[in-house]
Amino acid sequence: MKVTFPHMGYMWVCLKAMLEYLDVEVVVPPPTSKKTLTLGTKHASEFACLPLKLNLGNFIEAYELGAEAILMAGGCGPCRFGYYAYVQKEILNDLQYNYNLIVLEPPEKHISEFLIKVKQLTGSKSWYQVIKAIRFGYLKAKAVDEMEKISLKSRPRELNTGSTDLAFKLALAEIDRAGTTDDLAVALVKAREIMSSVILDNHRSVIKIGLVGEIYTLLDPFSNQNIEKHLGKMGVEVDRSIYLSEWVNDHLFMGLVKNVRSREEACRASRPYLNHFVGGHGEETIGNTVLYAKNGYDGVIQLLPFTCMPEIVAQSILPGVCTDHNISVMSLILDEQSGEAGIITRLEAFVDLLNRKKEQREAVTA
Amino acid sequence: MKSYMGIDVGSVSINIVLIDEHCQVRDAVYLRTQGQPIKTLQKGLKEMASRLPGSTQIKGVGTTGSGRHLAGVILGADAIKNEITTHAVAASHLVPGVQTILEIGGQDSKIILLRNNVVSDFAMNTVCAAGTGSFLDQQAGRLNIKIEDFGPIALKASTPVRIAGRCAVFAESDMIHKQQIGCDISDILAGLCEALVRNYLNNLGKGKEILAPVVFQGGVAANLGMIKAFEQALNLPVQIPPHYNVMGAVGAALLAREAVKKSLSSRFKGFNVVDINYRAGGFECSGCANCCEVIEIRKNEEIIARWGDRCGKWSTALNNDLNTEEKIS
Ligand code: SF4
Repeated sequence: MKVTFPHMGYMWVCLKAMLEYLDVEVVVPPPTSKKTLTLGTKHASEFACLPLKLNLGNFIEAYELGAEAILMAGGCGPCRFGYYAYVQKEILNDLQYNYNLIVLEPPEKHISEFLIKVKQLTGSKSWYQVIKAIRFGYLKAKAVDEMEKISLKSRPRELNTGSTDLAFKLALAEIDRAGTTDDLAVALVKAREIMSSVILDNHRSVIKIGLVGEIYTLLDPFSNQNIEKHLGKMGVEVDRSIYLSEWVNDHLFMGLVKNVRSREEACRASRPYLNHFVGGHGEETIGNTVLYAKNGYDGVIQLLPFTCMPEIVAQSILPGVCTDHNISVMSLILDEQSGEAGIITRLEAFVDLLNRKKEQREAVTA
Repeated sequence: MKSYMGIDVGSVSINIVLIDEHCQVRDAVYLRTQGQPIKTLQKGLKEMASRLPGSTQIKGVGTTGSGRHLAGVILGADAIKNEITTHAVAASHLVPGVQTILEIGGQDSKIILLRNNVVSDFAMNTVCAAGTGSFLDQQAGRLNIKIEDFGPIALKASTPVRIAGRCAVFAESDMIHKQQIGCDISDILAGLCEALVRNYLNNLGKGKEILAPVVFQGGVAANLGMIKAFEQALNLPVQIPPHYNVMGAVGAALLAREAVKKSLSSRFKGFNVVDINYRAGGFECSGCANCCEVIEIRKNEEIIARWGDRCGKWSTALNNDLNTEEKIS
């Protein structure tokens, strides 16, 4: 059975690694593109949010490459995401794409629930192998995240525009190619080398912006119109509040891996403003904004898909957080529009604003 | 006379202004784009050039608006800046100490907050038709009222009717209903202004501290009904700056002046650009499934700029210094 899954940033590297480790055949959907979006919007309800439309497009494109089963995350709570897997399956059925659906519900209490789900996929493999495969996937996610973090630091400082993007592409290919844990260790060394070959101007003054918001739009460059690249080129060092490996540890491993940034901290920081689970990443959005303010960031940008409920709740709370912590926040609502110009205008104006503030602050302290 | 030119290339119109060494606005040209930005730009420049006294020296050029890159490439602009920044620069120059800028143009609207003459917050709306000037135009047209008469008639209202303002579609059907039950036209127009202001403040002003002095600019600031509706809703006096409808261009000119002071020389290519054959074209790249719409500017047959590609394959293939993102945005 050939298995596919939706794109969410570079998640494919880690899922592909885990499944192939278990000898499951994988069809990685073609990179999300305008065509994916067109397919998705054509067949989804107009009021569904962007992630659903893009997932659907991914599945249709993967089907044409021979995929037979979908591996998709589930969920519960106020966010609609929990039923997306089933809605997508129904839409695909109507289109006569005969897919099997495997939904990975996040475990309620213990990681064993998650293990059982993964084992369903592979049948004959031993528990030991399943655990090793999951670990391998997780290590890949960590490796990719590390490269992403390096790229966020180097992009605003690169001497030759585009050199970071190029290095990242090569580094990612190294990591993707590794087939065993040992290979991965070697690949990681190479990947780090590639990333550090980008020539930087370390004296350049940069401003720092934290990205908060809904996980899909945070992780997926197609859906957020490449916001990290645009900001980087405008001389902004970006920090993203969620990385795939952190999310996996929080939600699938139930925090098993220690010394990793976890949602707990963000949720604690959100308490004076919001002390109820609102679904999605609403609490993290508030909490991380507070944390960025405390850590001296110049500004915060919230990303959310149009009609995303948890993030709308957070958005309505953010003005109060801004006043209390004296930090500028801008919300960008993303939908299927392809007008990059509007986004760039806003980003540029926001960066102008932060730069002026920084100059003022430095003039005062100097 | 040493002067600086500012050009705002929007989706429906192009504004060109000229300021002198003392930042006084000397002349302004307004043209409808009619879907031909480059031709219109050249026409506007020609007109501006023909009106200039012989002693005029253009010391710098700035561009803004959604077509700022296009105009910047063609003219050799010294400053290419987004609309928020140029509007704020112009307002704080013309109305010193301004703390709030309300801006409603044809296609979009924005709110900009300044503290100590620096932008401290802003919000911009480009997708909601109910919050823009073109909606007012449309409704005036439907009621057979000239847009110039809109304001004076609205001011005559005794009891403005309440119109649903959240969405242009609902607002329109609500207005039709109020017309049918025989409401006075001035009450309807005043109600429409109030609805637009409510929509604007709810959408853009949410959670923002609106402090005096408040400046209202953009094309819609000509409408007396809108001014009154804002003053009532905010309970603050609202000022309309001179040149309220060309503030973006004024800001661009001011920024060009600043930029040239630093760089010491201008990149302006001169007025002869009006006679050169420029063509904006484009194509859909078929290199990958992104199918980017790549935009190309050709000078005669030579390609002088390209953008719009996600991967950089086309824009970086041109080896001039105008296509790096930093300079373009
Ligand atoms: S959190 Fe938002 S984006 Fe994610 S599924 Fe829910 S509604 Fe959609």
